[in-house]
Amino acid sequence: MTDTATTTKTEAPRSQWADVWDQFRTHRGAMIGAAFFVFICLLVTFGPMLWTLEPNYIDIRAKNQGPSMAHPFGTDQLGRDTFAQVLAGGRVSLLVGVTAMLLALFLGTLVGVVAGYFKRLDSPLMRLTDLFLALPILPLLLVIIMLFRDTLRAAFGPETGIFILVVSVIGITSWMHTARIVRGDVLSLKEQEFVLAARSIGTPSRRMILRHILPNVMSPIMVSATLGIATAIITESAISFLGLGFPSDFPTWGRLLSDSTNFMTLNPERVIWPGLAISLTVLSVNYIGDGLRDALDPRIRGR
Amino acid sequence: MLNYTLRRLMFSIPVLLFISFIIFLILDLAPSDPTGNLPLTIPPEVREKIRESLGLGQPMPVRYYKWCVQFFVNEPLNIWDQYWGTCSFGCEDRLRVVSYVTRSPVVDLIVQRMPQTLWVVGMSYVVGILIAIPIGVISAYKQYSWFDQTGTFVSMVGFSVPPFFSGVLVIIIFSVQLGWFPSIYDTTLKVVSWDTFMLQVRQMVMPVMVLALQTTAQISRFMRASMLDNLNQDYVRTARAKGMKESVVLLVHVLRNSLIPVITVIALGIPAVFGGAIITEQVFKVNGIGQLLIIGIQGGDAPLVQTLTFIFAVMIVMANLVADIMYGILDPRIRYD
Repeated sequence: MTDTATTTKTEAPRSQWADVWDQFRTHRGAMIGAAFFVFICLLVTFGPMLWTLEPNYIDIRAKNQGPSMAHPFGTDQLGRDTFAQVLAGGRVSLLVGVTAMLLALFLGTLVGVVAGYFKRLDSPLMRLTDLFLALPILPLLLVIIMLFRDTLRAAFGPETGIFILVVSVIGITSWMHTARIVRGDVLSLKEQEFVLAARSIGTPSRRMILRHILPNVMSPIMVSATLGIATAIITESAISFLGLGFPSDFPTWGRLLSDSTNFMTLNPERVIWPGLAISLTVLSVNYIGDGLRDALDPRIRGR
Repeated sequence: MLNYTLRRLMFSIPVLLFISFIIFLILDLAPSDPTGNLPLTIPPEVREKIRESLGLGQPMPVRYYKWCVQFFVNEPLNIWDQYWGTCSFGCEDRLRVVSYVTRSPVVDLIVQRMPQTLWVVGMSYVVGILIAIPIGVISAYKQYSWFDQTGTFVSMVGFSVPPFFSGVLVIIIFSVQLGWFPSIYDTTLKVVSWDTFMLQVRQMVMPVMVLALQTTAQISRFMRASMLDNLNQDYVRTARAKGMKESVVLLVHVLRNSLIPVITVIALGIPAVFGGAIITEQVFKVNGIGQLLIIGIQGGDAPLVQTLTFIFAVMIVMANLVADIMYGILDPRIRYD
């Protein structure tokens, strides 16, 4: 111990995030997952620029084709290119996943920090969290989307309206776990001495939260961010699969999967691509979350 | 313990009332019209009459109150009367929660759909648990072995693959390509002989497989973690030092203690499985309560959707209650008082 202490004295002090990155790199599944997730993100962002076929271009003479050079994933019943559709659908699915996750994270962190920091608000906010946890999420999601989509479509146009609806509904119904974890961490942080020191020099609550509390609860927030993306992608696909999501000429992975199940006997490989895209993306995100959890846990780090 | 149970039960009543009110509010605020699916030739004044006959003319608090009376008082009384064949408190003119679309009592519809859901969902949950527990035990006992690594990977896949993809995938493999199992669940099938029994088993294999994969993925992880927590405890060393057989140590001492948190997870998972069954029922065309909910939502059938969603909420609240109470009963170290 003393040897290492003397040798490292000359080096620059290592930051916490460098340690986290070192630990993260040792988790093989997480590295593969991260690489795959970056690959999928790049593919759906820049893919449509390279693969210039329009996802909604109808070529009825080339309908229900299997994989070929012209259409690597085949075509659907109207002759639309499945590869272009999967790329376009991935954009929407990932965008929904990330945006809904950010919304849920914002709500969860807000509720968690406020409940943990202000004692008077703790009990009512936690009762609210318990109440939201007791709501049947999937049925309510379906109900809300079915009932309000026409209003929002009229207000914001068919695609944007549904996007706002799906994202806000998923975000509003999935912040509870983040809130609980963050509250627990804030409660234990509040008892620590650096918080007492900061308070004794008269730090106001606002700066206290932003400067001292929030940076210290980043690790549980990051782990729930990855899990949030995974659940948001699955929920969006489930809604689309049940026929309540985006309009049918607007491809998302769930929508493509649901449309191709009707042609299962005729063209079975068409189902595989969107389903594989959903599953592999969610799997990679879950592995990233697993690796992050290990990397951010100081008890495991450095072993 | 009894005191705690009673307190929790009392507390769940306002929670459930509040949830039912939220559901009612959402359904009421929505711009959905139960006459929207009727022919366009019906004149507006008749449409208004139809709406009034459905009870939509009254203000929202009155309608919510009436739904509460119908659901919490009239329906239990009706079940009581049907069960005992009696007629108490004026059973003839008792108002029941009636579906807008089918005009039959909602509870009757749910009772018709319940057996299919219970068979498929319940069976898959049982199968999933029965597979998950041995996997968790072996994974923990042989930590970091190839079995453990494979189990971790498979459960990761089980978490990640959504049921609407795994369901479609098994349909493609087993019914389109191999032709072993039927892809559509036939609920009219009555089990009277060995052949019909085999048919029933064959049509249940795929939905049960899909739902059980998800259950197994979750519960085997919990089982493994719980076993690992217990394997390093002092009482395990003591049991080994006493010279007990390894199988006794593992399967009697460690397993029984490790099952305590797992049982609460199992109880907590029941409503989630019912929720997930909504999708699985749609994939395999099982006409259970999940499919009933989808039909109700699509048809703007407010009483049906209200009642079904509320029943899901009751299940969640009750599962939480049962999990907490069981934890207290099974683990004497936990005291709620």
